[in-house]
Amino acid sequence: MDVAVRSARVALVGNPNSGKTALFNALTGAHQKVANYAGVTVERKEGLIRTGDGRTMSVLDLPGTYSLRARSPDEEVTRDAVLGRLAGEAPPDVIVAVADATNLRLVLRLILELKAVGRPMVLALNMYDIAQRQGLRIDLERLQAELGVPIVTTVATRKRGVEDLVSAVNAAAGHLSATSEGGWMAPDAEALRGKAREAERIMKACVRPPERPDTLTGRIDSVLLHPVGGLLILMTLLFVMFQAVFSWATPFMDGIEAGLGALGVGVAAVTPDGIWESLIVDGLISGVGSVLVFLPQILILFLFIILLEDFGYMARAAFLMDRIMGGAGLHGRAFIPLLSSFACAIPGVMAARVIDSKRDRLTTIMVAPLMTCSARIPVYTLIIAAFIPNQTVWGFANLQGLVMFGLYAAGILSALAVSFVIRRIFWRGAVEPFMMELPAYKTPDLRSVLVNLWLRARIFLERAGRIILPLMVLVWALSTFPYPPEGATQPAIDYSFAGMMGKALEPIFAPIGFNWQMVIALIPGMAAREVAVAALGTVYAVADPETATAVLATTLAGQWSLATGLAFLAWYVFAPQCVATLGVVKRETNSWKWMWVMVAYMFGLAYLAAFLTYRAAVALGGG
Amino acid sequence: MSDTIKLSQARRGDCGVIVQVGDHCHHDEHALELERRLLELGFVEGARIELLHEGLLGRDPIAMKVDDMRVALRRHEAASLTVRVEPVA
Ligand SMILES: Nc1nc2c(ncn2[C@@H]2O[C@H](COP(=O)(O)OP(=O)(O)OP(=O)(O)O)[C@@H](O)[C@H]2O)c(=O)[nH]1
Ligand SMILES: [Mg+2]
Repeated sequence: MDVAVRSARVALVGNPNSGKTALFNALTGAHQKVANYAGVTVERKEGLIRTGDGRTMSVLDLPGTYSLRARSPDEEVTRDAVLGRLAGEAPPDVIVAVADATNLRLVLRLILELKAVGRPMVLALNMYDIAQRQGLRIDLERLQAELGVPIVTTVATRKRGVEDLVSAVNAAAGHLSATSEGGWMAPDAEALRGKAREAERIMKACVRPPERPDTLTGRIDSVLLHPVGGLLILMTLLFVMFQAVFSWATPFMDGIEAGLGALGVGVAAVTPDGIWESLIVDGLISGVGSVLVFLPQILILFLFIILLEDFGYMARAAFLMDRIMGGAGLHGRAFIPLLSSFACAIPGVMAARVIDSKRDRLTTIMVAPLMTCSARIPVYTLIIAAFIPNQTVWGFANLQGLVMFGLYAAGILSALAVSFVIRRIFWRGAVEPFMMELPAYKTPDLRSVLVNLWLRARIFLERAGRIILPLMVLVWALSTFPYPPEGATQPAIDYSFAGMMGKALEPIFAPIGFNWQMVIALIPGMAAREVAVAALGTVYAVADPETATAVLATTLAGQWSLATGLAFLAWYVFAPQCVATLGVVKRETNSWKWMWVMVAYMFGLAYLAAFLTYRAAVALGGG
Repeated sequence: MSDTIKLSQARRGDCGVIVQVGDHCHHDEHALELERRLLELGFVEGARIELLHEGLLGRDPIAMKVDDMRVALRRHEAASLTVRVEPVA
C-alpha cells in the first residue's frame, strides 16, 4: 500500500480527564462530550482532518486509561485500538500521548509503557494554560530528551497549539518504521514499580513544583467534602435543581404554549375545514407541540448537569454517595453512570463501561433506566400541572416542584432497592474496589456551556421531528379513521381504530385506573416516553376539537380523576418505555436475555406501583 | 518517632510516606490485581500521602493527596497500603 497517499492515523491516548476529547474536538471540529471527571469517553470516535498540505489525517479519540493493562470495557477499547487488535484495523501510525501538564507523574509512566508498543509518538502537554498560571516550570527540552519523544504544548479548550501538534504528528509519521512490531507485554507489579521510579526520576529532573499551586481546590473540597455539610450541600443542590426545572421554566413554557395556541387558531382559520385542518391542528400542533413545550425544562436540567460536570463536582458527589451506593450493593463507579441517566439512560448504560466487574456492570445497567431521564420530564410535568395545585408549602418550596423531587427520589430509591435485591439474591460476592481521581475544580467556560446546551436542544428538536412527528401522523390517522357511522352519538374517536384498540386493551389497565385514551397513548409511547404526551395531545384533540388549541393539562384535569393521574405518574417511574434504551442494553450486555429481564421487571414494577397508587388514592377519596 | 500503620487506619490530617504497596501475605489473583492497580494510580513506595477527607458513615471512603494528585479510595482497599506516619510538625 502506498503510505504517502493513505491518510495517517493518529490515536489520542492518555490518562482520564487529560483533555483528549477536548483536543479531538479542537482538531476535528467535532462536539464530543467533554467534562471535568474521569471516564467521560467510553467508546472510540474517529474524525478526519485536512492538514495544511491538503492531505487528510484520521484522528481517533479513545477512553482514558492509566495503563494498557485494560481492566474495564472502556480501557479495553483503548488497548485494542493502540495495539491494533481490532479486527480489520491496523495499529495507529502515530500515538499522541495527551498529558495534563499539571499532573504528569502517572502519564509519564504510561508513556514509558506506550513506548514498548513501538509506534512513533508525540507528547501533547495539554492544559498548558493552567500550568503557566500556576507558575509550573517544565524543562521541555530535557523532558523531550529523557522521553525521546517530541513535545508540543497545547490548550485544547482554546485550540492553542493545534497546528504545531499536527505538524509534529506529520513529521513523526514520516519516520514510520516497519521494524518495531508491538513489544508490549502486560507489566507485573515489579515492572510497574520500575517504570514508576523512572517516571519519578524524570519528573524530578524536568519539573519544578509550581510557584502558585492550586490551593482553591483544597479549600472548596473542605466545604464540599465535609462529611455532614457536604451531604447537605449535595441534597440542597439536587433539590434546587428540580425546583428550578419547575419554576424557572414556567414563563418560557407559557410563551411557547401561547405561541402554539395562536398557531393552531391561525392555521385553523386559513385551512379549509376537514381532513387537512384536522391533521395539522390535531395531529401535529396538538401532538408534537405538546412535547415541544418542555424544551425549557429540559434545557434547565441540562444547564445544571453541564455546570456540575464542568466544575468538577461529579467525582465529589460520587465520593459522598459511595457508602450509600455500596450499601445497596452498587459498585463505587456506578454513581456517574447513574447520574448521567438523569439526562438519558442511553449514555448512562454506556458509561457503565468504566466498571470492570461484569456483574457489577450488569447490575448498574439493569437499574440505570430507573433513574429519571429527561424524557420523563414532559410526562411528569404534564400530570403534575394538571393535578397538583401550584402553591407554596413551608413558606419556600413549590408544591409542584416538591412532587417532582419526590418522583426523582422514587426513581433513585427504587434503583437502590432493585440493586440491593439483585446483589442479595443473585450475586453475593466480593465488593469491587472504588478508586477515583478527584480532578481540580475548573471554572466552566461560558461558550462551551452554551454550545452544549444548544446541542441538547438540537437533539430534543430532532427527536420531535424524527420520532414524534411521524408517530403523531400515525396516531392521528388511527384515531380519525374509520369515520363514525351516520348518526353516531359518541365522539368520532370512539369508532376509530385507535378507539377500538384502546377499548380492547382497556380491561388490562382498568385495575390501575387507566382509561382507554391513556391506553392508546401508551402504545406509541413504547417508542419513547414523551411520545405518550404527544399522543394524549392528539387523542384528546381529535376526540374534542374544542380542546385542540387548549392547554392539554387543563383538558386532562377535566377528564381524569386524581387517582388516575397519580397512577399514571407511578407507572412512568418504572415503565421501560424507550425502545432505544432497550436496544443499547441489548448491545452493551450482548444478550437478549438481560434486555427481556429488564422489560419484564420494569413493567412488573410499573403495574404494581400504579395499582397500589390508584387503590390508595381511591381509598383516600381521590377516585 | 514515626509509626508504621495501614492506610486504612489513618485519620483525617495524617501525613506520611508509603512504605509498602500490596498485601504481601495474600497472593491470590485479587490481591495481585489490586496491587497493580494501586501502583498505576500513583500509590508507589515513597509517595507522600496526606489524608484530607473522610466520608460520613464509618469514615469511609477517604480522600487523600498522593504526591500532587487527589484520589478517593475505600478503606477496604487502603488496607493493602502501609504508610509511615510522620508526627505533625
Ligand atoms: N483550562 C483548560 N482546560 C482544559 C484543557 N483541555 C481540557 N480541559 C478541560 O479538562 C476537562 C477534561 O477534558 P476532556 O477532554 O473531557 O478529557 P478526556 O481526556 O477526554 O477525559 P476522558 O474521556 O474521561 O478520558 C474538561 O473540563 C475540559 O474542559 C486545556 O487545555 N485547558
Ligand atoms: Mg474524553
